[in-house]
Amino acid sequence: MKMVMAIIKPFKLDDVREGLSEIGVQGITVTEVKGFGRQKGHTELYRGAEYVVDFLPKVKIEAVVDDGLVDQVIEAISKAANTGKIGDGKIFVTTVEQAVRIRTGETGADAL
Amino acid sequence: MENNIFELQYAMDTFYFLVCGALVMWMAAGFAMLEAGMVRSKNTAEILTKNVALFAISCTMYMIVGYSIMYGDELTLFLSGIGLDGAASADALTATVLKESAEAGFDGDAVYSDASDFFFQVVFVATAMSIVSGAVAERMKLWAFLLFAVVMTGFIYPMEGSWTWNSQSVFGLFELNYSDYAGSGIVHMAGAAAALAGVLLLGPRKGKYSSDGRVNAIPGANLPLATLGTFILWMGWFGFNGGSTLKLGGISVANEVANVFLNTNAAAAGGLIAALVIARIMFGKADLTMALNGALAGLVAITAEPADPTPLQATIIGAIGGAIVVFSIVTLDKLKIDDPVGAISVHGVVGLFGVLVVPYTDADATIGGQIVGAATIFFWVFITSLIAWFVIKMIMGIRVSEEEEYEGVDIGECGLEAYPEFTGAKGSGL
Repeated sequence: MKMVMAIIKPFKLDDVREGLSEIGVQGITVTEVKGFGRQKGHTELYRGAEYVVDFLPKVKIEAVVDDGLVDQVIEAISKAANTGKIGDGKIFVTTVEQAVRIRTGETGADAL
Repeated sequence: MENNIFELQYAMDTFYFLVCGALVMWMAAGFAMLEAGMVRSKNTAEILTKNVALFAISCTMYMIVGYSIMYGDELTLFLSGIGLDGAASADALTATVLKESAEAGFDGDAVYSDASDFFFQVVFVATAMSIVSGAVAERMKLWAFLLFAVVMTGFIYPMEGSWTWNSQSVFGLFELNYSDYAGSGIVHMAGAAAALAGVLLLGPRKGKYSSDGRVNAIPGANLPLATLGTFILWMGWFGFNGGSTLKLGGISVANEVANVFLNTNAAAAGGLIAALVIARIMFGKADLTMALNGALAGLVAITAEPADPTPLQATIIGAIGGAIVVFSIVTLDKLKIDDPVGAISVHGVVGLFGVLVVPYTDADATIGGQIVGAATIFFWVFITSLIAWFVIKMIMGIRVSEEEEYEGVDIGECGLEAYPEFTGAKGSGL
């Protein structure tokens, strides 16, 4: 089992959710997060005075999937979340040791 | 028959005064909403408290002594005798009014109830005081501010009002030849002068100016409220300027009132457009708060003479006011004069412009008379306010502690918050 964690632009969430549903992902967890990347935030003007937005709002998606599905998941997210502009986000993959469905007690891939 | 018409005229002019006064009273709501929108949410309840309390203090102080200082022949307390216009009985009042009306004639000065005059004048005092609260927002102690409101509305404002609208000589030294229809200088610039004195003693909000000279923005928390407040002020201004015609009964005077309404509206529109466009050019984005300040600047600019300009002239005067306000706000920031809502720029700088532009459309006013009048008002209000702020600072301090400023004056001064669902009180679900 792998966990695919993706940081994406918030307005792309619906597209990514749809893309993942299409390839059979059973569930994801979504968190509203803030952060910065190479651009290091940006500045805005309010009444002529600058204010720096150090951390930009992003959405973090976490999906735990079977090993065989990982490449498809990465591809689906990459496709759905891509705008070609700076700040599209990143995808990270980690190994998951165990999964348990609380209601039934199932473990491993059965619990996904 | 003639007496019946005079009775009707008295009733109409009194009624007009009362309705306009009620419109101006509503401007207090406009200031409250504008200021609540332009501060951070942690300071909302306190700025609202200041706004409702200053209104009540203004009404009370002006009732106790302010109105008498400004318009009384001799100093009396508590509006003594105002119930019957100073007459001995209701019949005597009627006789006096009919006699005065006959002397004034149908085209002469308005004859109206003294109580309606007080009601109309008192809401102007509150307007002047409302200007101060925005400029000192987010860092001034509540009770120091309210103490200043007592001095401002009971003494400082009535004194300069007596020299201008009541044509009294300035300390017996000289008389002003000054024309200010509804108070660009007398109300607005006076409020801004008091605010400037307070801000200079108070200092900027923490974090507004970096040590390297950079100006940091502190965005307001609720722009829908700020917009609502601006529209309320815009509406109330029809009473502010329209009522200052002081009379409605008669064809030419009713026509003048209509022109005042038209010009007041036109100037606000011109001011908003100018500020919106200039902010877009200067900052690259359409800054809503600048547009709102622009509308108010247009209103302040036309207030000194809303009757004589043509609609086009009124629009241009408003537009110049709207342009001035954008540059003024940026300039005051460079001078490290921190004014969260732009009150000093809108009411002070543009108020001065409004006073000085009067001779352009009103042949009876002179530029010399306007300059002397404006300078008299400014220096009187500024210096007496500076003294008052300084004395209050010595007695109780005018600024909250650094920690309280960080946590927000809502909790520190009022013990409550405007948006309490985020505080985690028992039962709030957090």
